[in-house]
Amino acid sequence: MLVYTMRRLVGAIPVLVLASLLTFVMIDVSGDPLAELRMATPAPSEEVIQQEAERLYLDHSMPERYWLWVTGIGGDGNIGLLQGEFGPSTQGQQYEIGPAIAERLWTTLRLVGVAMMLALGLAIIAGAVSAMRQYSKLDYTLTFVGFLCLAMPTFWLAGIVQASGVEFNQLLDVQLFNTIGDGRYSAEGEGPWPQFVNAFAHMALPTLVLMLTSFASWSRYQRTSMLEVLNSDYVRLARAKGLRNKVVIRRHALRTALIPLTTVFALGVAGIIDGTILTETVFQWRGLGDFFITAVENNDSYALMGWLILSGVMVILANLIADLLYGVLDPRIRYE
Amino acid sequence: MTTENMSNTETDVAAHGDAILEVDALDVTFPSDDGSLPAVREVSYALRPGEALGIVGESGSGKSVTSMAIMGLLPKNAQVEGSVRLMGEEILGLPDKAISQVRGKKVAMIFQDPLTSLNPVYTIGFQISEAVLAHNDVGKKKAWERSRELLEVVGIPSPDQRLRQYPHELSGGMRQRVVIAIAMANDPDVIIADEPTTALDVTVQAQVLEALQSARRETGAALVLITHDLGVVAGQVERVAVMYGGRIVESGPVEEVFYRPRMPYALGLLGSLPRLDEDRAERLSPIRGAPPSLMAMPQGCAFAPRCPMARDLCHTEEPGLLRTLDNGDRVPPQPGDAIAHVAACHFSDELSEGIRPENLFRDADADAGTGNAGPVAAPSGADAPAAEAAGSERAERGPVGEPEVLLKAEDLVKNFPIRSKGLLKRKVGDVQAVSGVSLELRERETLALVGESGCGKSTTARLLLNLVRLTSGGVSYMGKPLQGLSDKQMRPLRRDLQIVFQDPFASLDPRMTVADIIAEPMLIHRTRNGGAKKRVKELLELVGLNPEHGSRYPHEFSGGQRQRIGVARALSLNPKVLVLDEPVSALDVSIQAGVINLLEDLQEELGLSYLFVSHDLSVVKHIADRVAVMYLGKIVETATTDQLFEAPAHPYTQALISAIPLPDPVKERTRERIVVTGDVPSPADPPSGCRFRTRCPKFARDLSEPEREKCVQEVPGLLERGSGHRDACHYSEVVELL
Amino acid sequence: MSNGTPTTTARAGSKAQRSAADRTQLQTIVLRFVRHRPAMISLFVLLVIAGFAFLGPFFWTWDHRVSSDILSNQPPDSAHPLGTSSAGHDVLGQLMRGAQQTLKVALTVSLCATAFGSLWGATAGYYGGRTDAMMMRVVDVFLIVPPLVAVAALSGNTAGGTTWSTIAIIIALFSWAQIARVVRGVVLSLREQEFIEAAKASGASAPWIIIRHLLPNAAGPIIVAATLLVAIAILMEAGLSFLQFGIQLPDISLGQMIGEARTAVSTRPWTFYPPGVLLVLICLTINFIGDGLRDALDPKQTMVRR
Repeated sequence: MLVYTMRRLVGAIPVLVLASLLTFVMIDVSGDPLAELRMATPAPSEEVIQQEAERLYLDHSMPERYWLWVTGIGGDGNIGLLQGEFGPSTQGQQYEIGPAIAERLWTTLRLVGVAMMLALGLAIIAGAVSAMRQYSKLDYTLTFVGFLCLAMPTFWLAGIVQASGVEFNQLLDVQLFNTIGDGRYSAEGEGPWPQFVNAFAHMALPTLVLMLTSFASWSRYQRTSMLEVLNSDYVRLARAKGLRNKVVIRRHALRTALIPLTTVFALGVAGIIDGTILTETVFQWRGLGDFFITAVENNDSYALMGWLILSGVMVILANLIADLLYGVLDPRIRYE
Repeated sequence: MTTENMSNTETDVAAHGDAILEVDALDVTFPSDDGSLPAVREVSYALRPGEALGIVGESGSGKSVTSMAIMGLLPKNAQVEGSVRLMGEEILGLPDKAISQVRGKKVAMIFQDPLTSLNPVYTIGFQISEAVLAHNDVGKKKAWERSRELLEVVGIPSPDQRLRQYPHELSGGMRQRVVIAIAMANDPDVIIADEPTTALDVTVQAQVLEALQSARRETGAALVLITHDLGVVAGQVERVAVMYGGRIVESGPVEEVFYRPRMPYALGLLGSLPRLDEDRAERLSPIRGAPPSLMAMPQGCAFAPRCPMARDLCHTEEPGLLRTLDNGDRVPPQPGDAIAHVAACHFSDELSEGIRPENLFRDADADAGTGNAGPVAAPSGADAPAAEAAGSERAERGPVGEPEVLLKAEDLVKNFPIRSKGLLKRKVGDVQAVSGVSLELRERETLALVGESGCGKSTTARLLLNLVRLTSGGVSYMGKPLQGLSDKQMRPLRRDLQIVFQDPFASLDPRMTVADIIAEPMLIHRTRNGGAKKRVKELLELVGLNPEHGSRYPHEFSGGQRQRIGVARALSLNPKVLVLDEPVSALDVSIQAGVINLLEDLQEELGLSYLFVSHDLSVVKHIADRVAVMYLGKIVETATTDQLFEAPAHPYTQALISAIPLPDPVKERTRERIVVTGDVPSPADPPSGCRFRTRCPKFARDLSEPEREKCVQEVPGLLERGSGHRDACHYSEVVELL
Repeated sequence: MSNGTPTTTARAGSKAQRSAADRTQLQTIVLRFVRHRPAMISLFVLLVIAGFAFLGPFFWTWDHRVSSDILSNQPPDSAHPLGTSSAGHDVLGQLMRGAQQTLKVALTVSLCATAFGSLWGATAGYYGGRTDAMMMRVVDVFLIVPPLVAVAALSGNTAGGTTWSTIAIIIALFSWAQIARVVRGVVLSLREQEFIEAAKASGASAPWIIIRHLLPNAAGPIIVAATLLVAIAILMEAGLSFLQFGIQLPDISLGQMIGEARTAVSTRPWTFYPPGVLLVLICLTINFIGDGLRDALDPKQTMVRR
C-alpha cells in the first residue's frame, strides 16, 4: 500500500510537469503582465517599465522563465517552486504569493471539504433510493431535482440563496445567517461554542449552494451503479439464500454499489473547485477564489501559476485517495 | 388444460401426499415496448421428494424464467399467475418475510454463472455462513464451522484456507461448488439448479455434477436440473420435461423421452446432436428454422412452423399435454400420476417406436420442396440448411497421393507479458499461452484443435493467421513464411486465409448491412469493384440465406443465420484455408446441426481446408479428419479422428472423452469414467515436466514414485505411436472408452 | 445519425432498398426517443427557446444595446415586458441576444470538442498499450486543471477583449478531454469484439477500422456525451461571463446579465431572474434530451431475448 502510494505520487509528477508547462505557455502567450502599468496615467517612464520587467523576469525568454519558475536557479531568491517560492507578483513588491495562498487555503478547504462530504452523503442516499424505487414517483422527483441542480448556474443559485438568507434573517429578526464574508477571524479568541456558531452562520449558505450543485451527477452515477448491482446474480443469490430484503440491500447492494462511485467522485473535484470560485465571489469570501480573480485582473502570471499548480495537486491527491479507497472497498484490487 | 387443472385440485389431498413441489398452470409475462411477452405459459409439474427432474430447452424456451418465478426472484414488472405449492402451501406472491423463510431453507437455488453469483467484496466463509445464519441463529462461530463442513462435502480441498479467500481467488468450478455449498447449507427439500455447468469446461463439469450429487445425498433434496445439454440430463435425472416456446411440450421418465419421444421436437433435438457414440459419417438432421420469438408466437402449436409433420390443425389449435395410448388415442394422464409420459402433439401417435430423426426431418425437407439439388441451388427461405442433399453420405476421399501442406506451424510460442499497472508498464512476468506447438494443415482436410478454455487453442489459431504476433517459432503458408510480415505485406495473403468467429452476435458489425459486411473484404482488397453486389448475392445463396436479404441488418437475423453470414464474409475472397473458431458453440442445438452440415458441404464444394477450433469433442468427432488435443499451451496428442476416439493414448484425452455426457440414459449411466481432479493450473506458472501431471489420474493412482519423478522432471515429447498417431506422455497406454 | 457514414459500396441500384432498411434501425431509435416524454417536451421547449433567441430579434423593437429612448431602472410594463436595466437596456432584447450568444458558444464548443475528443479517444483506445498510456496522460493533464479556472486565466488575460468565438475555442480546448475519456472507454470494449477482429483478418488498416467500425459503433455514447457537453459549456460560459472574463460589453450573454444584476436581486428582480431562469431552462432541457438519447441509443435497452 505504501509502496503503491509512493509509486502513484512519483507517477503524478510527469502529469503535473506537463500540466504546468501547458498552462505556463498558455498564460504567457495570452497576456501581458505589464499591461496595466503601460496603460496607467500618467504614463510611467520607460525606465520604470524596464525595472518592473526585470523584477518579473520578463527580460528572460519564456523557456528560461519556466525553468526559473520551477527551479529558481539564477533568480533573486523569490522564485523557484522547488525552493518553495512562487515568484514575484504584479501586485506590488510587498505582495508575496506563497503566504497569500497559504492564508486563504484554509478558508477554502473548509468550505470545499464540508460541502463535498455532504454532497457525497446526499448523492449516495438519493441515488440508492432512486434505484430501489425505480420508475416510481419518488424516483422521478429525485431525478428531476437532480437534473435541476445540474442545470443550475452556481452563481445564480448562490445569488438566490443569498437573497433568501437575507429575507430569512429579516423574517426571524435574528442574524442567523451571515450572507457576506467568510467570518474567519470574527470569532477569534472566543470559546468553542461561539466559534462554532460563527462558523456555521457564515458557512451554512455557501455550503448549501456548493452541495446542491455537486451532488446531482454523483447521485445519477450511484443510481446507475445501484441498479446494476440490484440486477446482479449475487444479489439474486443473496435473496435465494433467504435473506430479508433490507439485509440484501444494506449488505450486498449498497456496499458493492459504492465502489464505482469512488472514481467518479475524484473526477468531480475539479468541477467543485470551479464552483467554489463562483460561490466565494457571490458571498464575498476572502478565499482562494478571490485570490484567483484578483490575480487574473492584475495579469499576475506567477500567482495564477501558483494557483493552478495547487489545484492540480489537489485533484491528483483526490484521485489517489479515491484509488486507495477503491482498494479498500474492493478486495479484487490489491496494491502491492 | 382447464379440465386437467380442475382434476388436479380435486385430488389435491391425495396427490400432494407424494409431491413436494407442485407447479400448476404457471404463466409469466413481461411487459415490453412491443406488448407483453409470454415467457412461460401454463407450465405444470410435480416433484416428489428426493426425485430428480430435468428441464430441457433451448435459449428463450422459458426454462430459467419458470424457476425464477417459483423462487419469487423475477423483476417486479413480471406478471406471474398460477400456483406454486410447496408441501401443499402456496408460495407464489408471499410477502418478503414469508418468502425469505422458504428461500434457502426449503427451496435452494444454484445459478448458471459462478463468476457472477458470489459477491466480490465478501469472503467465501462470510457468504456461506450468511446462508447458515439466515435460518439458524447459531452464532458466527458455529456457522463458520458448518461452512467448513459444507466445503468438504462439495469436495473443495483445504477448506480452512478457502473460507478466508475472496471469490476472485477461486476458479470457476470451485466457485460453483461454493454456490452448491450455499444451496445445501440449510438442508433444503428442493434444489433448483439453473444450468449449473453450462459455463464450465467438461472436466470441471464432471466434478461439479459430482458435487451436486453429494449435496443431494447429504440433504436428500429433490432436484430440478435446468439445462440445454441432453447428455447432462441423460445421466443425472429420472424424469425430464422438454420446454419449447414457454410451454412444456413433453415430459416423462427419462428413458421414455429419450428412446420413445412422442413429440417431433424432442426427436428432432436428439437427431441434431452430433454424438460421440455414433459413426461420424452419419449426416446430422437439423430442425429447420429457429426457435420462436416471444414477440411473435405462432398460432397453434409453437413448433408447427418447424415441424415436418405439421398440418392445418397444428397451425390453428395448440395441442394439450396428453398421454398417448398404444392404440393411438390421446388421453389425459391419471390424476396424481406425475410421472406419466405426456406430449403436446396432435399427432403423437404417428411417432411410432423406432422412428429415426433423420427419416422424419429429412423427409420433411423434401416435402418442403427444397429438393435434392446441390448445395448452391438450395436456398429455401430463412434459415433452411443450405444443402439437404438427400441421403448423401460423406463422399469418401480417395487417397490420391499425399495432399499438399498449406499451412505449417513449427514450434509456435506466444507469451503474453503481464505488465505492472503503473506508468511504465514494466513487464513482471509472462503468460505462456502457447508453448511449442507444431501443426500441419493439408489441402482439403479438416484439422481440429481441441482443448478446454485457456489451453491456447484460439491463440494458436490466431497465430496461424498472423492476427497475433509470434514470440518465437515459425508459420508458413504454402512454403512462404508469415512471421515478421507487416500488415501491408500480409494483406494479399489474407485472401487465402480467413476466419469464422465464435459469437454470431459479436462478429458482425451491428451498424452495417449484411451486404456491406459481406462485401467489406472485397472492398479492402479492391477486388470485383463492379461485381461485388452480384457476388454478395451468390454468397448469400451459397450459405443458404435469401439473397434478397442483403439490405437487412444483422440484428434481424437469428443466431444460426448470423453465423452463416459470418461464413459468407469469410468466403468472399475465395480463401483456401478457413479457421473456424468455435463456430457452433454459441448456437442452440437445433441450429448447430444446420451450420455443421453447411460447413461440410462447402468444404466439399469449394475444396477448403478447415482448422476447426473447438472444445466440443462430439462436434469434432463428427467433422474432423485429424485432431490435435491441447492442454495448457501444448499439444498432448494428435491422431486421425478414428484413431483418437477409438484408441486415445494420453490420459488427458481419455479424461476429456469420458467426461462428455452422452445423450443416452442407459449408456451414460453405465459407462466407465476417468475423472480428473482439480483445476487447470495458471499458464503464468505451469507445472514442471509434464504439464498435466497435477491433474493426471495415472500419475495419482498408477505410477510408482520413481516413475512420477520422470513426469516431474522431464517434459514428455510428442512421440509417434505409429501411423501418424502421436502423444506426449511418458507412460501412455491406449484405452477403449466408447 | 445511426449507422454513421453510409458505406460507399458499389451498389448503385439498391438505394431505395437501403433507405428502407435503414429506417428500421433508425425508426426504433426515434420511436424510443419519442416515447421518452420528458425528452420530447424538452426538445419542444428548447426549439422554442432557440426560435426566441435567433428569430426573436427580428420581431422585437429593442436590441441588446443601450438606447437613449429607454428609461433606466424601469420595472416591467407594456413597452418593456421585462423592464429595463440600470444602464438603460431593454431586458427582453438583452435576453434574446444573450441566449443567442450562449447557444452559439455552447454548440461550437460541443462540435469542436466532440470531433477532436472522439478521434483522440478512439485512437488511444484502439492502439492500447503504450500509445494509449501516453495519449491518456495528455488527457489527464487537461482533466486535472479545473476548466473554468483555466479558461478564465486565459480569456481574462487575453489582450484586446474577447468575442464569442474566442471564448468557444478556449472552452473547447478544455472540454475535449472528457469526450476522449468516454470514447476511449467505449472503444476499449468495442475493440475486443469479434467484428473488429474480423475486419483485421480481412486485412483492414487501423484508420479503416477506427473510422468505419469503431466510431459508428460508439456513436450512441458520443452523441449523449456531446449533448451533455452543450449543457456543461453553457454553464462554463455563463460562469466566465459572470466573472467578467467572458463576452464583453457591449455584447451580452446570459451569465454576464446575471453578473450585472447580482447586487440587485431584491431591488430589481426583473434583471436578475429572467436570464437565470432561461439559463436553467436551456440546461435542463438539454439534460433531459441527453437522458432520452441515452435511453434510445443504449443497446442494453433491447431486452428481447431471454
